[in-house]
Amino acid sequence: MAILVIAEHDNSTLKGATLNTLAAATQIGGDIHLLVAGSGCRAVAEQGAAAAGVSKVLCVDAELYRHQLAEDLALLVAECGRDYSHILAPATTNGKNLMPRVAALLDVAQLSDIIAVESADTFRRPIYAGNAIATVQSLDPIKVITVRGTGFDPVAAGGGSAEIVTLSAVPAAGLSSFVSEQVAESERPELTAARVVVSGGRGLGNGENFALLEKLADKLGAAVGASRAAVDAGFVPNDMQVGQTGKIVAPELYIAVGISGAIQHLAGMKDSKVIVAINKDEEAPIFQVADYGLVADLFSAVPELEQKL
Amino acid sequence: MKVLVAVKRVIDYNVKVRVKSDNTDVDLANVKMALNPFCEIAVEEAVRLKEAGVATEVVVVSVGPKACQEQIRTALALGADRGIQIDTEAMPESLSVAKLLAKVVEQEQPGLVILGKQSIDSDNNQTGQMLAALTGMSQGTFASRVQVIDGSLNVTREVDGGLQTLALKLPAVITTDLRLNEPRYAKLPDIMKAKKKPLDVKTPADLGVELRDHTKLLKVETPPVRQAGIKVASVDELVEKLKSEAKVI
Repeated sequence: MAILVIAEHDNSTLKGATLNTLAAATQIGGDIHLLVAGSGCRAVAEQGAAAAGVSKVLCVDAELYRHQLAEDLALLVAECGRDYSHILAPATTNGKNLMPRVAALLDVAQLSDIIAVESADTFRRPIYAGNAIATVQSLDPIKVITVRGTGFDPVAAGGGSAEIVTLSAVPAAGLSSFVSEQVAESERPELTAARVVVSGGRGLGNGENFALLEKLADKLGAAVGASRAAVDAGFVPNDMQVGQTGKIVAPELYIAVGISGAIQHLAGMKDSKVIVAINKDEEAPIFQVADYGLVADLFSAVPELEQKL
Repeated sequence: MKVLVAVKRVIDYNVKVRVKSDNTDVDLANVKMALNPFCEIAVEEAVRLKEAGVATEVVVVSVGPKACQEQIRTALALGADRGIQIDTEAMPESLSVAKLLAKVVEQEQPGLVILGKQSIDSDNNQTGQMLAALTGMSQGTFASRVQVIDGSLNVTREVDGGLQTLALKLPAVITTDLRLNEPRYAKLPDIMKAKKKPLDVKTPADLGVELRDHTKLLKVETPPVRQAGIKVASVDELVEKLKSEAKVI
């Protein structure tokens, strides 16, 4: 039994989500190979070779894979993946875009967002926005899976010394091409990797007021998130959204500011180690999951907190 | 250009989900059902393309038992032209749905297929990508902007860390993200009109698709409930607790 893990990267750095996915692969058990497909991605292959548990890195360095287009990458993964018992990828937007396409090419099901490994063919995953947990058994010869990072502690990034094998690209699908991207530039850590997250909701009132949270976040070395309500209201962009339809986070400290605590938001942060809620409505459901609740006006409490830290 | 929209009947997003006491599944008996929110955005986008003169016809398809005709009618009231129900048991797997939809695509030959990015029940986020693979189409998932320019399609996608724009060859599959549009409400006259719009019923056998199980649902459980903690009286107390009790700062 061998497992193929698809590396998440930006052609220069291996993303942390890959290490969580490797942890899930380790729990399944077996030889673990890491596929690094990209352009000018040799450094990523080397980082992958050092990750704990990886026995071989398959490196496909071709311009075709620079932007991880699903149409082209799926053909490659389906081709490379035929002889594996499992193909795993992080449940990031890349993984979610790619893996169902791979599964359909292989005529097998795909299991999304697993949070636990019960056995080599049985996994646990959240359904209904995390309001229920399903235990699902795969009946397919190849299990194609996306892994929710917060379900697995990452493997060590260093110490390993896997061999790196170079593979060739497969023919292009010729269906899609990259036009442009707008990446939010930020000095702050990524939401899904941050030790502390400060999130704002509709209570912030407008986008400008998120500056309050940014100041607090900078003091704490935290990432800034938002509830779906704040995104829907147009305060902040969608890539800041924490929740079932946004990002799933599980930091050591989660500070929810002006967030009522809709089920869909809780699904995205309830596995955080410590939750703090600041809200002026003492009936807000967020207080039912918060370790520490402060009933106060956020516009005075947040600056005060920032000062006293 | 014909646009095909696939929609799903799901539990209404306002309903609190309960797990059955025998842990076999979620209890959907006598629960309010609705059009999946992401599917509603898909219907809205197709109707807007028609209003903009890009789409000539909007066909809406749903896979499920007879009850899902209700959601097809909702889509027709929102502006779709005709409906197709593919009659199956409740909740077939994504791959099965994709195979059925692939046959509908073969028959209908749409220029564009729009689906929601995920349904709020199974939360799989798979069907659109699988359909694209099975039909050899390009895919623009998690779309926040769709532009048809001279027979080509530009799709802006919500990705981790920002936005990505791709040019896709038509025909293509699009899956919708939240910010693509804000769906309209159906007006009463449109709801009345929708009752007279054509709705075909087909079976998997009619489409020549034999469905097979790829997964087995062993158990459904309620997740562990997080206990509420304490209320602190002041910012000072909060800082003190975080430092000495929780030890996270």
